[in-house]
Amino acid sequence: MARELWEGNATIAEAAVRAGLEAFFGYPITPQSEILEHLSHRLPELGRVFLQTESEVASINMVYGAACAGARVMTSSSSPGISLMQEGFSYIACSEVPAVIINVMRGGPGLGNVAPSQGDYFQAVKMAGHGDFHPIVLAPGNLQEAADLTVLAFDLAEKYRTIGMVLADGSLGQMMEPVEMPPMRPVRPPYERPSWALTGAEGRPPNIITSLYLVEEVLEKVNLRLQAKLRQIAANEVRWKEYSTEDAELLLVAFGTVGRVCQTVVREARRAGIRAGLLRPITVWPFPSARIAQLAEQVRGVLVVEMNAGQMLEDVRLAVEGRRPVRFYGRFGGIIPLPDEIMPELEKLDAETR
Amino acid sequence: MVTTVEIPTDMELVYKYPESLTPRSTHYCPGCTHGIIHRLIAEVIDELGVRERTIGVAPVGCAVLAYEYFNMDFCEAAHGRAPAMATGIKRVSPDKVVFTYQGDGDLAAIGTSEIIHTANRGELITTIFVNNAIYGMTGGQMAPTTLPGQVTTSSPRGRDVETAGWPMKMAELIGMLGGAVYVTRQAVLDVPSIRRTKKAIKLAFQVQLAGLGFSMVEIISTCGTNWGVSPLEALDWAKTHMLAYYPLGDTKVSDAVRELMGERVTPFTMVKSATEL
Repeated sequence: MARELWEGNATIAEAAVRAGLEAFFGYPITPQSEILEHLSHRLPELGRVFLQTESEVASINMVYGAACAGARVMTSSSSPGISLMQEGFSYIACSEVPAVIINVMRGGPGLGNVAPSQGDYFQAVKMAGHGDFHPIVLAPGNLQEAADLTVLAFDLAEKYRTIGMVLADGSLGQMMEPVEMPPMRPVRPPYERPSWALTGAEGRPPNIITSLYLVEEVLEKVNLRLQAKLRQIAANEVRWKEYSTEDAELLLVAFGTVGRVCQTVVREARRAGIRAGLLRPITVWPFPSARIAQLAEQVRGVLVVEMNAGQMLEDVRLAVEGRRPVRFYGRFGGIIPLPDEIMPELEKLDAETR
Repeated sequence: MVTTVEIPTDMELVYKYPESLTPRSTHYCPGCTHGIIHRLIAEVIDELGVRERTIGVAPVGCAVLAYEYFNMDFCEAAHGRAPAMATGIKRVSPDKVVFTYQGDGDLAAIGTSEIIHTANRGELITTIFVNNAIYGMTGGQMAPTTLPGQVTTSSPRGRDVETAGWPMKMAELIGMLGGAVYVTRQAVLDVPSIRRTKKAIKLAFQVQLAGLGFSMVEIISTCGTNWGVSPLEALDWAKTHMLAYYPLGDTKVSDAVRELMGERVTPFTMVKSATEL
């Protein structure tokens, strides 16, 4: 298929359509409203379900309902709206139904602003809701990845019966790039819905979907099952990309938009005689800890760059386990760090570790 | 020693345990009316022959375990969100019969947004709303439906409308909305009211099956345990105090629902209804 020029939010929306999205429930919020707008004409013309809801709380609970019914379903929002959905994430994770969530992050905390940010890393990766669970969190660094990872989010969500979250940011949502759209998959017909789904107890015992387990030992068993599943995901689904790491002496770690900025930093550093490499996590949960630990043995130091106050930084430090110095550079408020700002930080780390 | 009695073949079976209920005993308190309401819903679903295509949504509240008692596909919603969850189910499964079962804290406090917008969109679901003027499961706190002056564990001097506001008349509120086509308030306080409630529940499900719009049956119920009275006194208290504030009757019956009931709708009313759209 040919590469076409797409806007980021529309890319995600169209990729979801092609992944076989049956229903979308969402509430407008900048900088991702174009996802909702794209789906508002696309889904009805394909005979699928689109509903603009009264709130993000309603959206996530409609997603929960449609997921329980066995439909391929998603919602999208941006930071404050995602906060409102967190109770629902927890129910979905415990009930083990598949759902896809798109977070096009904006500046925070509070109402913040509508500029790109990575301030929701902790929220997505560490505390997506109450109780012990993690969604699978995919962090695209360009629009081709945004399309491909949206499709993957559905596949992983269904494979593991959990939440597949795409963690993008306002700049990915608003930029335009050439994208090769994934092929159109057929929508799964209702009679092929999974056996656990609520489809009416016709000729079978009733299916019950709940996240309530009043007996302590039973809830512990549920948790042990969820933890086993998380370990399985962590073993199978870690994804990342590396740039010039083969002979790297300094390692940059950055995800999403700023990961892409760091590709430029690596090129410029090498021109200046610094052998830098970059690891860009694609899954931020599960995190590529083992590979970072391996690279930590090889390099003199690690520089983490984020559009927040240092959130993924903690996971990098946990992976490096004090083997090498780990430094941080971040900007907030919707500001994307530029190569010219990151270079001096890398040079400092270079000097410190010689 | 169990004695089996053969039903004589010349006699008609007029009463049996509904297929739509599981054989479990409920966890409800002695004298609680949830059991009666569960049974009415189950009888209606049996009579309509839709058990195998019905999906129920349980609330957070005393009926949180309703899925243990209904013999059909069921899920358990977050507090107040049953109408949103039901919306999600119904939109992707339009051939199913979907209903929510909610209490007054669930529907009239934390879930007001969801019930209002679900009703207003005319979602093809049915809501059974049980109003007993108190939070039962959490131990008898003030509900949005608690009557003025009513003592609860969180309104120890009685509900003060100056600070706590007025009891919510949900049937009236929901009845005002365009997408709601059949909204009624009934009670389960004696045999006649129980029979009328069953009729209302049946109509509410028939309205859904006919694809006419959103339907809701509010049911005045009792909570002897948390009101601190005996089951019998609770029925009397509800009749005396609750029915005075919450009058029984329909708050919305659309022309299409009247036609469904076999009532003649005059052409004038129908034209008016069309222009109202």
